[in-house]
Amino acid sequence: MIALLLRDLKLAFRAGGGFGLGLAFFLIVTVLVPFSVGPQSSLLATIAPGVLWLGALLACLLSLDRLLALDWEDGSLDLLATAPLPLEAVVTIKALAHWITTGLPLVLAAPVLGVLLNLPLPGFSWLVISLLTGTPALSVIGTFGAALTVGLKRGGLLLSLLVLPLNVPTLIFGAEVARRGAVGMETSTPLLLLAGITAATVALLPFASAAVLRVNLR
Amino acid sequence: MTLSVSDLSITRGGVPVLQGVRFALAPGQALVLRGPNGIGKTTLLRTIAGLQPPSAGQIDGAEDRIAYAGHSDGIKPTLTVRENLTFWASVFGAGGIGDALRAFDLDDLAERHAGNLSAGQKRRLGLSRLLVTGRPVWVLDEPTVSLDVAAVAMFADAVRGHLRQGGSALIATHIDLGLDAETLDLAMFRATPRPVDDFDGDFL
Repeated sequence: MIALLLRDLKLAFRAGGGFGLGLAFFLIVTVLVPFSVGPQSSLLATIAPGVLWLGALLACLLSLDRLLALDWEDGSLDLLATAPLPLEAVVTIKALAHWITTGLPLVLAAPVLGVLLNLPLPGFSWLVISLLTGTPALSVIGTFGAALTVGLKRGGLLLSLLVLPLNVPTLIFGAEVARRGAVGMETSTPLLLLAGITAATVALLPFASAAVLRVNLR
Repeated sequence: MTLSVSDLSITRGGVPVLQGVRFALAPGQALVLRGPNGIGKTTLLRTIAGLQPPSAGQIDGAEDRIAYAGHSDGIKPTLTVRENLTFWASVFGAGGIGDALRAFDLDDLAERHAGNLSAGQKRRLGLSRLLVTGRPVWVLDEPTVSLDVAAVAMFADAVRGHLRQGGSALIATHIDLGLDAETLDLAMFRATPRPVDDFDGDFL
């Protein structure tokens, strides 16, 4: 399992691996928002948590269509399915590798980009906490979508349509944590719900992903 | 342990292709599958490898004992030959990759990126993976595609070595590998075409 994680990370960081794609997209979106909505700092401060969360969610979507499709195209997925690793472990590791290469950089970049959007000072820690809690769910849900569309050529559109509604609860509660944190309100309720969503998806979805992958490999 | 297949029926895309397939493959034995294109060799091999369920029949002795090599080699172009092979060795928890590199004459290529290899070299890398799996039953689908004569001989030597160590091999191929192997012609198991049960029929 460690070998698979290390291989996926190595592939992501090598040329053409797609590392930085999500991060660059996140950067572009948040840098452009002040240009499009205007420079009023009070308005920016109001929308900052939502914009940052939306940007992070869309950035997470970008690299999903490569998550399993590359392994499917070159036959690695067939070989992994016949290897001693259970497919549940394979998809979990894939989701973890996706989170490390996409989600974690977003979490680390978000406070820096928060400055550009005039995010109020108390909001920074809550932004990082909410992204750290919520982005693993985005990766796990995304892996499920990737497993559903693995055999399809150009399945990216279908993948986004399937994954986006499933990501909505994470977005709602994640952005709510960041928003409440920014205005100094109590954050424990949305944070607990966010953590609950993440825990449930991490616990349950790998089984669903493995099941649809078995069907798709036929 | 013998791999035995009895009364196996398989379908491809919902259409039955083979039925009543039966054979046994004892340790130290190789079996060559023959048959015209489209008879279902690949589907049969994928079924035995556990990638798809049979529509009827039994496969015994295949669980966690199969090393499957299909049309694609599962090679990552941005990893070196050594990294590719080391990855599979650690997935299968088997030993070193030195023997596998030597058996397919990949020593000189070990530090090259797999994306720079020729088709035949890639295939050799794909086949060398079999040696690092440590699995007793090799299930090989057209293993000699894009191999030259020398590489085919290398491959035949690897199979012979595997058989000597008590392994077995099930090979779908059109060329003569010079192996001391039985041949099974799949044409005799061709399924009679029958109308497909379309569960969407009423709805549509």
